[in-house]
Amino acid sequence: MVSLIKQPHPREKRMIFKNVDRPGWKTDIDTYLGDGGYEQLKKALTMSQPDVVNEVKASGLRGRGGAGFPCGVKWGFIKQDSPKPIYLICNADESEPGTFKDRYIIHQDPHQLVEGMVISCYAVNARLAYIYIRGEYPEGAKILETALAEARERGFLGKNIQGSGFDCEIYVHRGAGAYICGEETGLIESLEGKRPYPRIKPPYFPAVLGLYQCPTIVNNVETLCHVKHIIAMGGAEYAKIGRPNNTGTRILCVSGDVQKPGYFEVEVGSVTMGELINDMCGGMKDGRKLKAIIPGGSSAKVLRADERYKIKEKNAEGVTVDKEIGIEDIPMDFDTLAAVGSMAGSGGVIVMDDSRNMVETLANINEFYAHESCGQCTPCREGSLWMQKITRRMVSGEGAKQDPAVLKSVADNIAGKTICAFGEACAWPTQSFVAKFKEEFDAKAQRNVTPREVSDGVALQAGRPVLVHDHEVAAASAGGVPKPDAPWEVSNDSKSGEV
Amino acid sequence: MDIPAELEQKIDETITHYPVSKRSAVLPLLHLLQEHLGYISSETADWVAKKLDLQPINVLEIVTFYPMFRAAPPGRHHIRVCRTLSCAMAGSYKLLNDLCEMAHIERPQHAGHGTPFTVGEDGKFSIEFVECLASCGTAPVCMVNDDFYEGVNKEAAAEILQKYQ
Ligand code: FES
Repeated sequence: MVSLIKQPHPREKRMIFKNVDRPGWKTDIDTYLGDGGYEQLKKALTMSQPDVVNEVKASGLRGRGGAGFPCGVKWGFIKQDSPKPIYLICNADESEPGTFKDRYIIHQDPHQLVEGMVISCYAVNARLAYIYIRGEYPEGAKILETALAEARERGFLGKNIQGSGFDCEIYVHRGAGAYICGEETGLIESLEGKRPYPRIKPPYFPAVLGLYQCPTIVNNVETLCHVKHIIAMGGAEYAKIGRPNNTGTRILCVSGDVQKPGYFEVEVGSVTMGELINDMCGGMKDGRKLKAIIPGGSSAKVLRADERYKIKEKNAEGVTVDKEIGIEDIPMDFDTLAAVGSMAGSGGVIVMDDSRNMVETLANINEFYAHESCGQCTPCREGSLWMQKITRRMVSGEGAKQDPAVLKSVADNIAGKTICAFGEACAWPTQSFVAKFKEEFDAKAQRNVTPREVSDGVALQAGRPVLVHDHEVAAASAGGVPKPDAPWEVSNDSKSGEV
Repeated sequence: MDIPAELEQKIDETITHYPVSKRSAVLPLLHLLQEHLGYISSETADWVAKKLDLQPINVLEIVTFYPMFRAAPPGRHHIRVCRTLSCAMAGSYKLLNDLCEMAHIERPQHAGHGTPFTVGEDGKFSIEFVECLASCGTAPVCMVNDDFYEGVNKEAAAEILQKYQ
């Protein structure tokens, strides 16, 4: 697989990604053992199970999948003397647009994940675990299966692991292209062989009524890998990395209009948005200007570049004071991103420059969520499709005056009214885009482009001809015939934001 | 239905991964069978249902929900192009058009449900517009069968097609 970056950036602190792009590194167990692999598992097996849980609690590790829930607290919900079997599931269904960190762990360092998982299984006393990997990683699934077989052969998995008396089996389970399987209860339904309709909480908290109605822990790939490092350095020591309540390292995935997109493992909160984009990613592409950032996967609320954000900060005397900062000064941690009205989510940062039209961007996002709604709850099933239809219509030049208001009202009627968090995931983009880029939505909220089909070379969006801009049509009829690209690709046109 | 002994063995082994409920094996079984047969016919779904002591509807509802399962045969090589935001910003709509043009396939209408892929007349390639393949940093990306390609421009796309002739 082609890698993005050969050398880690000096601002990085590579722990989870230590072996990603490492010269001479291979995915086999001997390479891993030669580098101190499985030592932390051996160490954990000498500790008591509650002690392992306590170390993770002390570390302050927060889930890296999207919600940022404290991992140790989640584990604490499991009663280890449960009369029912306990299961652990690794959520490797990485599918939040903009996120691509687990891909590299799975493809380049599978044993780190296996070790982290076996330690975690031991901690919560799970004897059977599954890695639910997205269907579009066929290669990754094979690599993991090989890694599991190697681990089994060397006594790190299976019966009586390293003579400790602890038995644990892990299997790989492939998904089949449905985003909703990343939602933990949807994932559990899927693993039970059903449609992945998320379950309602309460009562179906996985730690109580999870897989096969038994206590179940679902953790993200990156989270499980951190467990290994917490055992290595101790929870208290780990907690010193990063910021209070935002501990450890975090892998940020940057895509979009930057010079050098890629992944960067940094101490949580140690870099600001500006440093990430300008220093680590080499700045904006083609010398363009930053317009907007989606900081935590496509469902995170968009941040506008020219806005001021209010945060609370401790000053030198330790007193909390209000502070106003620009987008580039936002530190990339869980709490600050929440304070500025978005979220750290899955770590997927999507950057947009000033050539991007925000209605078109939202239209793309809405296509995604309309496609991925599982259809169980009415507000989401109907609403995601309704929003998709409106933005589709707007980008094809058939906007109507009331569109921005209708978009907002539909989104407002989804968020908070569904069984799972998909409702928020699909409503937040619309709510934030319409509110923050009102002028662009108003501009598209009218029939200001003559509908015209261009049959040659026209990009179809969702089966409809995408209408080209008036000046392009004019150029075409003058014999120039510029081939209109997809609406997202109007980047060389300085007027693209206006139509 | 003709299932080679080796495949059936693999299927039986896979079922053992789910000691609590055989029903859990429905996704892996459908993957194995689709790999072998190219798609899931109603006959195949019935076979899976029998194998797992399920009603046929329990399998059909899976086939119709998960986008990766196909209810109709694809081309000999199946291409998936990522449609989602980062790839779209890097030109994936154009990539899809280029691939369709070069492989002489009608452009799939991204309807999202059912089987939104198109197959070329010679049956060599089929093409599908899919959602985020989780490699947004190397956009635009696509897959051919199980092989993954990153940063695909028009020249690279032409080379890729050449490779699977
Ligand atoms: S948007 Fe194409 S891989 Fe994520």
